[in-house]
Amino acid sequence: MPEPAKQPKRKNPVQRTRAPTLPPASRSRVALGLTAAAARGLFELQVCQDCGAVQYPPREVCRACLSHCLVWRLQDGRGELITETVLRAPQELYFRERLPWRVGNIRLDAGVNVIAFVHASVGAAPCRVRIDAALDRAGQAVLIAVPPHGRPDLSDDPKLREMTCDPRSRKILVTDGKSAVGQAAVRALMEAGADHIWIGEAEPWKKDPGFEALRDLPEVMIVPLDVTDGNSVRELAGEIGGKVDILVNTCDCHRTFSIVSRRGVETAQLEMDVNYFGLLRLAQEFAPALKARAADGATNAIAWVNLLSIFALSNYPSHGTYSASKAAAFSLSQALRADLGPAGVRVINVFPGPIDDEWDQLERPPKLSPAAVATAIVDALKRSVEDVYPGDVAQDWLARHLANPKALERELSEGAQ
Amino acid sequence: MTVAKKGEATPKPQPDLGVILSSVIASGDVRLVDLTQTLSPDFPPIVLPPEMGQSRPFRMEEISRYDDRGPAWYWNNVGFGEHTGTHFDAPIHWISGRDRPNNSVDSMPIEHFVRPACVVDCSAEASANADFLLTVGRIAAWEKQHGRIAAGSWVLMRTDWSKRTDPVAYQNLDETGQHTPGPDPDCVRFLVKERDVLGFGTETIGTDAGQAAHFAPPYPCHYYMHGAGKYGLQCLCNLDRLPATGALVVAAPLKILNGSGSPLRVFAIVPASGRSD
Repeated sequence: MPEPAKQPKRKNPVQRTRAPTLPPASRSRVALGLTAAAARGLFELQVCQDCGAVQYPPREVCRACLSHCLVWRLQDGRGELITETVLRAPQELYFRERLPWRVGNIRLDAGVNVIAFVHASVGAAPCRVRIDAALDRAGQAVLIAVPPHGRPDLSDDPKLREMTCDPRSRKILVTDGKSAVGQAAVRALMEAGADHIWIGEAEPWKKDPGFEALRDLPEVMIVPLDVTDGNSVRELAGEIGGKVDILVNTCDCHRTFSIVSRRGVETAQLEMDVNYFGLLRLAQEFAPALKARAADGATNAIAWVNLLSIFALSNYPSHGTYSASKAAAFSLSQALRADLGPAGVRVINVFPGPIDDEWDQLERPPKLSPAAVATAIVDALKRSVEDVYPGDVAQDWLARHLANPKALERELSEGAQ
Repeated sequence: MTVAKKGEATPKPQPDLGVILSSVIASGDVRLVDLTQTLSPDFPPIVLPPEMGQSRPFRMEEISRYDDRGPAWYWNNVGFGEHTGTHFDAPIHWISGRDRPNNSVDSMPIEHFVRPACVVDCSAEASANADFLLTVGRIAAWEKQHGRIAAGSWVLMRTDWSKRTDPVAYQNLDETGQHTPGPDPDCVRFLVKERDVLGFGTETIGTDAGQAAHFAPPYPCHYYMHGAGKYGLQCLCNLDRLPATGALVVAAPLKILNGSGSPLRVFAIVPASGRSD
C-alpha cells in the first residue's frame, strides 16, 4: 500500500507561485452526462433502451443498433485491467507538470473498453479492477481504476490526490463556527488532518458553550467575521485571504416562516443577507485570493464548500423564505463555480435535508445530526464530487426532483415532506 | 426700506443671536461635549430572541469611491434600525405611548430638542454591580446635593458603561440575559409624576436595566416614560464630562415619518468650569 501523504514542507518564499494549468476541459453535450453523474460521485454510462448495449465513449446513437434511445444508468464498474502504460511525454501542460501518469485500458464486464487512470494500489496488469468516476481539476469526469474490493483513498495516490480536495494538511476557513453544524465541521476537519482552521465568529457577545470549547482545540484561531457586514468580510480577506486553501461557508440563517406567517420582509431580508449576500460578499473578497494560489505547491488553494439546503431545489412552503434564499445562494454558487473553475478551485455544494437543530424542530424525523452534515462535508472534500445530498430526505427529494420537478412542487405545496 | 414715521415707536433692534452665541462659544466660557458613539458595524445592537423581529445593526455599503462606479466621489448607502447606536426613543416606541399626541420623532415639539440635563453619577455603583438600580432614595440624595430636578429636564444616568469599548463587555450577556444598570420602577414613576422630566438617558443599550424584563411592569422606563409622553436617550457617552447640573443638551432626532426613534448626534453645551464632581 502506498504511504499516506505527509505534511508538506513550507513554501519557499523566494520562488514564484506558479499559475494554474488544467487538463483539457472541453466535452460534448452528450459527454457531459458522464460529468453530471461524477459530480454526485456516481459512475454512469449510456445504455441502449432498444438493444441493451452499454456505450463508451458517450455518443448520440447506439453503437450496436443505431437507436437514439440511450439513457444514463449506474454501473458497477467491474472489469479487467488488460494493459497499462506510463505517460511520460504528454503535450498538455497540466499533465507535463505532474509526470509520470499511470494509465490503463480496462475491459468492463458491461462490454466496453475504457481508458482510465490507474490507482497506485492496483497491481500490475492483467488484474481485476473497478472503475470509479472522478472529477479532474477542470471539473470534468475522468475514470479511475481502483482495486475491485473496498474503497481506496484517492489521496493515497499522489497523482490522484489532485482529483480530491483532501483537507489533510490544508489551511481552512470555517465562516461560521457558532452554529451546531459549524462547530461539528471544525471538529470533523480537524479530525481529517487540517493543518490550521480559522473559525469565523459573528456577534461575539452571544455566547455558546460548544463554541467556547472550540478555543481549546490546537491549531485553531477564532476570527471576527460577520458576512452581513461587507467591511468585516473585507478585513478578514485582507488578513488571511492569501492563506486559505479551503473555504467552508457554514453561514446559514434559517427562520421557519411561510409567506403568510410573518408580515413584512425584515426576516426574509435577514435570511437573504446571510445566505445570499453573505455568499456574494465572501465570493467577492476571497475568490480572487483563492484563484491566485490555485497552483501554490502541495498546499494550494483548492476548494470552496457551500452549506446549502435541499430546500434550494424546490420550495418547501412552511420554510418558504428560507427556501428562496437558499435557491438564490445555489444560483450564485453556480456563478462562483464558473469563476473559480478555470483556476481549478472546486466549488462543492452540500444540500442537506432537515437538520436536527432549533430551526427544524417541528420537522419529523429523519433529521441529520450536525455531525452527519460535517461528515458529509469532509467526505465530499476527500472524494471527488461537487454536489452532495446527505441523508435520506435529501436523497429522496433529489430523486423526486430529477424524476419530475413539477410533481415534487405539488407534493410540497400540499404540506407533505 | 421702511422708515419710521413720526409718532411711531422706533423698532427695538433685535439682538444678533448668532453673533452672541458663537462669541460665547469662541470665548472659551462654554465648551461643547459630544455625547454620541460612532455609528459603526461593530457597535452592538439590542439583542432579542432570534424568532422575534430584529433591529438591523448599522451597515454601510460603498456606492463608489473615486472609481468606475462614480469617478470623482465617495459615498455609501447605510442601513440601520431606528434604535441603533446613540439613539432617541419617542413615546410611540412603546405600547403605553401609542395614543399620545405628537408621539413620533417627526411630530414632537422642536422646543424639546434643546433642554437642560441633570446628571446622576452612578459610576461607582455600576462598577461594583452591573445590575445596579437607580432608586428614589438615590435621586433624593442627589437633589439634596444639587437641588430639585427642574421640570422639563433630561435626567441622565452616568454609569461610565460607555467606557466598555469591548462589545462583549458592553452587552454583558450571560445565560440569564443582559446585566446592565438602569432605574427601578419606583424611580421612573417618581421622575415622571413628581418631577415631570423631559426624559431619561443612559449609557447602555436600553433606558431600562438589562434585567428589566423581570420587573413589574416589564421595562418600566419604557412603559412609564413613553406612557407619559417622555423620551429616552440610549448609548450616550462622555457623561463623565458633564456637570451634575448646568448642561444644555441638544438632541434632535431625524425627522422620520411616524418614526419611533432615530440615531442622532447628541451634544451638550456646558460652562467651561463645569465638572461632574
